[in-house]
Amino acid sequence: MTPTEFTPFVSLGGGLLIGLSAVMLMAILGRIMGATGVLTGLIMPTNTSDMGWRAALVAGMVTAPTLYLLATGDWPEISVPVSNGALILGGLIVGIGVTFSGGCTSGHGVCGIARLSRRSIVATGVFMAAAIATVFVTRHLIGGF
Amino acid sequence: MRLILTYITGVVFGLGIVISGMANPAKVLNFFDIAGTWDPSLAFVMGGALTVTAIGYRLILGRSAPALDTRFHLPTATLLDARLIGGSAVFGVGWGIAGFCPGGALPALGTGNINVLMFVGAMIVGIVLARVAQARLVRPTHV
Repeated sequence: MTPTEFTPFVSLGGGLLIGLSAVMLMAILGRIMGATGVLTGLIMPTNTSDMGWRAALVAGMVTAPTLYLLATGDWPEISVPVSNGALILGGLIVGIGVTFSGGCTSGHGVCGIARLSRRSIVATGVFMAAAIATVFVTRHLIGGF
Repeated sequence: MRLILTYITGVVFGLGIVISGMANPAKVLNFFDIAGTWDPSLAFVMGGALTVTAIGYRLILGRSAPALDTRFHLPTATLLDARLIGGSAVFGVGWGIAGFCPGGALPALGTGNINVLMFVGAMIVGIVLARVAQARLVRPTHV
């Protein structure tokens, strides 16, 4: 596949901001910064009093690319090296998986591991390994998806 | 006030995602492609995010409550059950197929990119289907 540029410093900087936002949300509202939980709470609310902060959080996230555009003059790069079918199949599978795992990269991988949650450490190990295995199969055994 | 601060928190998260490359499937999939065009950048994203969160949480969770709520809402589940492990494995497969995770895709919606819309639409269908299935099994858990 097409190589991408190794960007340790920019990626580290982005990671620091992700961490900062997780700390902010805990400091302000006492909530875990998990994209799965926030999104699920919006589309299938169990408690309507939580809708406001979830909507505000997602609105902030969605604003970020425009701020990036204003600051740099370019949209953030989004290159999709897979077919539309793979995007839709992947989206469906991600939605099912994160609902059962109770979290994704942000909730388990960052916030959960930061709390030394045993569940999150196991979940992150499993989804990382599954993603690596999947890419090995699609790129090296099947040869394109 | 509460909503403004939460909105700003969302902006910081979204900027972190788009700057780091987590919203770029080409980069994410190359991170997973250890045997091919490996790009280890995303290890730096996880490392940076984890370091800040681990230190920040230590400082904050020692307090009695967050600034604008009466208590911390922390997960209490500790069981390593089949749903956690199976769900995580399924999520990893989907992430490896499409290259987007939920936290990477949500901020990317703001670009209006059609690929992101397709992924998020399908992901929402998946969440709804899984929730309906779950409601027939047992009570859902969350991080």
